[in-house]
Amino acid sequence: MNKNVETLDSVVIRFAGDSGDGMQLTGTQFTETTALAGNDVATFPDYPAEIRAPAGTVAGVSGFQIQFSSHEVFTPGDAPDVLVAMNAAALKVNLGDVKKGGTLIVNSAGFDKKNLEKAGLARSPLEDGSLAAYRVIALDVTALTMKALEGTTLGRKAAERSKNFFALGLVYWMFTRPLEHTIDWIHAKFAKKSPEVAEANIAALKAGHVYGENAEIFAHSFVVPPAAIEPGRYKNLSGNEAIALGLVTAAQLAGLDLFLGTYPITPASDILHHLAALRHFGVTTFQAEDEIAGVVSAIGASYGGALAATTTSGPGLALKGEGMGLALMMELPLVVIDVQRGGPSTGLPTKTEQADLLQAIFGRHGESPLPVLAPSTPADCFWTAIEAARIAIRHMTPVIVLSDGYLANGVEPFKIPDVAAIPRIPVHFRTDPSGFFPYERDEHLARPWALPGTPGLEHRIGGLEKHQQTGAISYDGDNHEQMVRTRAAKVAKVAESYAPTEVLGDASGEVLFVGWGSTYGSIRQAVRTLRARGHQVGQVHLRNLNPLPADLAAIFGRYRKVIVPELNLGQLSFLLRGKLLVDVVSHTKVQGKPFKESELLEAAAPHLAKNPKEKHELIAGDRAHGSERADA
Amino acid sequence: MSSLPVIAHTDPSALTRKDFVPSAEVKWCPGCVDYSILNQVQKLLPTLGIPRENFAFVSGIGCSSRFPFYMETFGLHTIHGRAPAIATGLKLARPDLDVWVVTGDGDSLAIGGNHFMHALRRNVGLKVLLFNNRIYGLTKGQYSPTSELGKVTKSAPLGSIDYPVDPVTLALGAGATFIARAMGNDGPQLYDVLARAARHNATAPTEIYTNCVIFNDGAFDQYTENKAEAQLRMVHGQPLRFGKDGDKGIAIDQHGRPIVVPGDAPNVLVHDEQSDVLAFLLARLSPPEFPQSFGVLRAVERDSYEALAHAQIAAAKAKRKADLQALLGSGETWEVR
Repeated sequence: MNKNVETLDSVVIRFAGDSGDGMQLTGTQFTETTALAGNDVATFPDYPAEIRAPAGTVAGVSGFQIQFSSHEVFTPGDAPDVLVAMNAAALKVNLGDVKKGGTLIVNSAGFDKKNLEKAGLARSPLEDGSLAAYRVIALDVTALTMKALEGTTLGRKAAERSKNFFALGLVYWMFTRPLEHTIDWIHAKFAKKSPEVAEANIAALKAGHVYGENAEIFAHSFVVPPAAIEPGRYKNLSGNEAIALGLVTAAQLAGLDLFLGTYPITPASDILHHLAALRHFGVTTFQAEDEIAGVVSAIGASYGGALAATTTSGPGLALKGEGMGLALMMELPLVVIDVQRGGPSTGLPTKTEQADLLQAIFGRHGESPLPVLAPSTPADCFWTAIEAARIAIRHMTPVIVLSDGYLANGVEPFKIPDVAAIPRIPVHFRTDPSGFFPYERDEHLARPWALPGTPGLEHRIGGLEKHQQTGAISYDGDNHEQMVRTRAAKVAKVAESYAPTEVLGDASGEVLFVGWGSTYGSIRQAVRTLRARGHQVGQVHLRNLNPLPADLAAIFGRYRKVIVPELNLGQLSFLLRGKLLVDVVSHTKVQGKPFKESELLEAAAPHLAKNPKEKHELIAGDRAHGSERADA
Repeated sequence: MSSLPVIAHTDPSALTRKDFVPSAEVKWCPGCVDYSILNQVQKLLPTLGIPRENFAFVSGIGCSSRFPFYMETFGLHTIHGRAPAIATGLKLARPDLDVWVVTGDGDSLAIGGNHFMHALRRNVGLKVLLFNNRIYGLTKGQYSPTSELGKVTKSAPLGSIDYPVDPVTLALGAGATFIARAMGNDGPQLYDVLARAARHNATAPTEIYTNCVIFNDGAFDQYTENKAEAQLRMVHGQPLRFGKDGDKGIAIDQHGRPIVVPGDAPNVLVHDEQSDVLAFLLARLSPPEFPQSFGVLRAVERDSYEALAHAQIAAAKAKRKADLQALLGSGETWEVR
């Protein structure tokens, strides 16, 4: 049969199945293979909080979405072109998102009476005509996989577990992807432990691929040509791994050992896992008894001269509040990573949200300002972690980094930097005892880092208010006011080191989007679309949330409207209004999911000119994501 | 590749007690036993052969936690209950330092109970001075986790209905490798115990009975008014005798329960710092039926947490080169031209 190959610009695929079906693994493999093929990619893993919810139920559905393209992509895409659904529950949960006319590849074995019941469906959608708006490819993946594995020594149950590889093989055929990367991966992963499982997975993968080739149901396959990306060597990197690598890099740049004091919490634990494997870099990871011990052990290590960090998510940040207050009172460097998740309380532990911003900036007792930064993409997590360490050491202060669940688990191509080209982080330990006072200050208003073990520097510091120079306990009112104002001035001074705020898109015009954190990609995509339609639209994406850059008010003034999209109820808007006395349009969403491009286009619509004057050319790659923005 | 400054240390052999006395005025209440403890520690430190700059005292909140301000050493006066966790981070980062934790019964057994327990079970190299006055002093007299049942305080006008915890038994349960108890106002006894604690390789908690003259005066008189009858001194390898001229001894009956027997009875138990069973038995002895045990209850050698942690780091370094460029470029990569 003659097969056609169709060329596409970009495609969105979602793999969905039971949390035991290996959908995260399938998605990750597809992502890696696709990145290796030269496409730009962005991913969104979406999995339930329960490790193994009852099989076949809606609660147990796990999904992984990827957008890949021949041009730059900034988001995992709004609506999937292709949904791979391994059972009825997976179809039920995800169908609403799929593009009308999109392709559904469904495992018909997952639609038997039992599965339909568990999914809460009275009738099979495969038979009741409800999928008429889609291209449905229903095949018994389970039986086909079993058939492919005939003759292997594996039992039925074990063989059934290979069915995700059959589906992956089929999708590889659809998008003309090579199998080699996944075959190599399977070998590396399983060959030693259980060679028969490796063989089964490879056989299933190949069978899926061959099925696509031979089955009459596919009219053609697709090609997505490689994207034009900034030259260099790349690898796929998740936000959590990027934070871990950023912290290790910062420690090396500073010539310090890295100490991580932390307590496991979703979605931050992977940072601990990555760092625990890097003992040969002199990394100490201390899995503490609780969140409080996580932060305060890091304070102890910082006092001893380590680059100290603690990692957590929202509930843990609340518990660390008193410890952070101590660190800022003792004026010791500390990097606090908050991988935000849906809150309050236990909330939505595996879903993303940006609702810890005000907690990070204000959530401690007393006047206790500290610098707050937010990375914008998974790869940017690397650079933000370094920048946080740089500020912490230069200003002798704790610094909070606000990542989130979407950045933490999302993957994007990371341009591997030349380590030698990254500016060092200068560290000055006080060693001279003559004229030493624990609270004398340098040009950054930082006090000296005076390590125990240094003769003649014996001194006492702590949480009580101290005399502004000697560090002796002081209850004097004037001294307290002086110290409160000095600590605030020190943090305010951090803004002096910022580069001018970068404006993407139009430098003036109808609408300026101001965002922070993981909404970068969605906003970027929306700005491109609006400009392509002829609107004058700009984007400012804030990495430094406290203190804010000094040039914002001037930039805001160049647009008719400032729209602030956030995955909370308007926390940055509140801050901008309060700090800059400008009104902004707050656009918010709290569904545990990132913005869709379409939602931002709708938000902008009322504020746009009815008849855009001129058409803009799409500017490809006017700034590559993940490029270095660390200031010296 | 840590770039901590390389420093020539001062000569510890020249140190005297005076070198550990800072200019700061001590502000405990007149008559407080804390003065006695401070004095013994200042006497002890110069004998340890450790340069003064290598001592770090970490405390929490409470009367006892003012201790670091009265020591001419490095000191951290931190937040309520967290001293063991802060000290753990410091000791892990800087195993070369001699780290002491100063805490009280409220600080380490109420708000900081979790950190206290975990420091002990991890066996971090910390000397822990637990000032037990069985009351909250700094907040002006509420009952503490070690206050006796029925104690009448401002927060318990009808008497406390909290059963007290015994820190020594708690430490045993947490697996502490060194445990001691001393009377804070008995200088020689305290000095001997602290001298042992100071030389222990790992976590070394010492419970120190500390009379609070303001809010709980006389709480420990029961152990001092008739010292011979009320105190059982534990000495490794020696029979567990007490009373006038050691005329009584501790033995066990056929059910394993402690009994008091004549001092020269053949079944008087002999103290063994490595016996868990004996340690629990001795920890639970209390008046009026029995004397209270003082001295070193338990001392066993086990690798400290920081020794294990740094052994892992050293082994990893010996096995793999720390090449940052290679790390960043590891995994599946591709070239974009």
